[in-house]
Amino acid sequence: MTRFLLPLAAFIVLVIFLGIGLNLKPREVPSPLIDKPAPAFRVPQLHEEAKTIATEDMRGKVWLLNVWASWCVTCREEHPLLVEFAQQNLVPIYGLNYKDKREDAIAWLTERGNPYVVSAHDRDGNIGIDYGVYGVPETFVIDKQGIIRYKQIGPVTAEALKDKIIPLVKELNGAK
Amino acid sequence: MQNKLLFILLFALILPQAQAGEAVPTADDVVLEERVMSVSSELRCLVCQNQTIADSHAELAVDLRNQVREKLRQGMSEQEIKDYMVARYGDFVLYRPLMKRSTWLLWFGPFLLLALAFGVLIVKLRQRRSAIQQASTLSPAEHARAELLLSGTDKEARP
Repeated sequence: MTRFLLPLAAFIVLVIFLGIGLNLKPREVPSPLIDKPAPAFRVPQLHEEAKTIATEDMRGKVWLLNVWASWCVTCREEHPLLVEFAQQNLVPIYGLNYKDKREDAIAWLTERGNPYVVSAHDRDGNIGIDYGVYGVPETFVIDKQGIIRYKQIGPVTAEALKDKIIPLVKELNGAK
Repeated sequence: MQNKLLFILLFALILPQAQAGEAVPTADDVVLEERVMSVSSELRCLVCQNQTIADSHAELAVDLRNQVREKLRQGMSEQEIKDYMVARYGDFVLYRPLMKRSTWLLWFGPFLLLALAFGVLIVKLRQRRSAIQQASTLSPAEHARAELLLSGTDKEARP
């Protein structure tokens, strides 16, 4: 009997490991920036080149930083949800337009709606590197002290909003 | 044969373009370029995770190689550049995993499995040996019968 039980047990263990392996998300590498200050930047705004936008302007409020680009296919998927979420006015969403042509980016927002209070224009992707961006879209939740509290890799989903982002934003806004 | 020829032709077409994509390093750049490649080959490309940023053609890898070049030019040491990348992308960016508590299983796991396999092997061999030894102890009656069988006279011996 043990003759069959042992290989069966070994097989079941293998299947369990395989199952765990299949459910891992190797593309979602945990960011070392969680609970660290958001890297500072001051860059031209997307719509008004003469004006700048900086992380220090956001001191004292909870905000989202959504990294996006007009060439990014997954951003299209995420966009309607962001537009809808922005209308709820729960938290200001700022965009980081990543490695994009200004005209393309503006046209993209005109066509699809603009959920962002302001978008920063990161033409060369240097801010992206500072934020450890490796797959657009990515979204950061940043608290009143300018600390990154959460990072969503890939598109913001309805579940991520409901389970993670909204509760976190409420909690951060509640805490003085 | 035809496939091979086609492949060579294709390769010949691609080759000059591949070279055209990169700036030709000037003489004093060669040393720098070598250092860029040596640092880059220690860093993982997070877009195509099983490649280093030295091997990868992903846009992010190109950007990061440029960052490495820039930092080396500014006089940063290779370790400082690695620390810079780790601060942004995490330990995973290092192509050779660090030796620390959370990676012990990664480093020593295979040896652990090997030791386990050896353990099982030794136990099994011992079991088998003792089984053989037990089986080979014959009673005098069995000995007599075995001798009869071997001498070929068993036919008469049988009732």
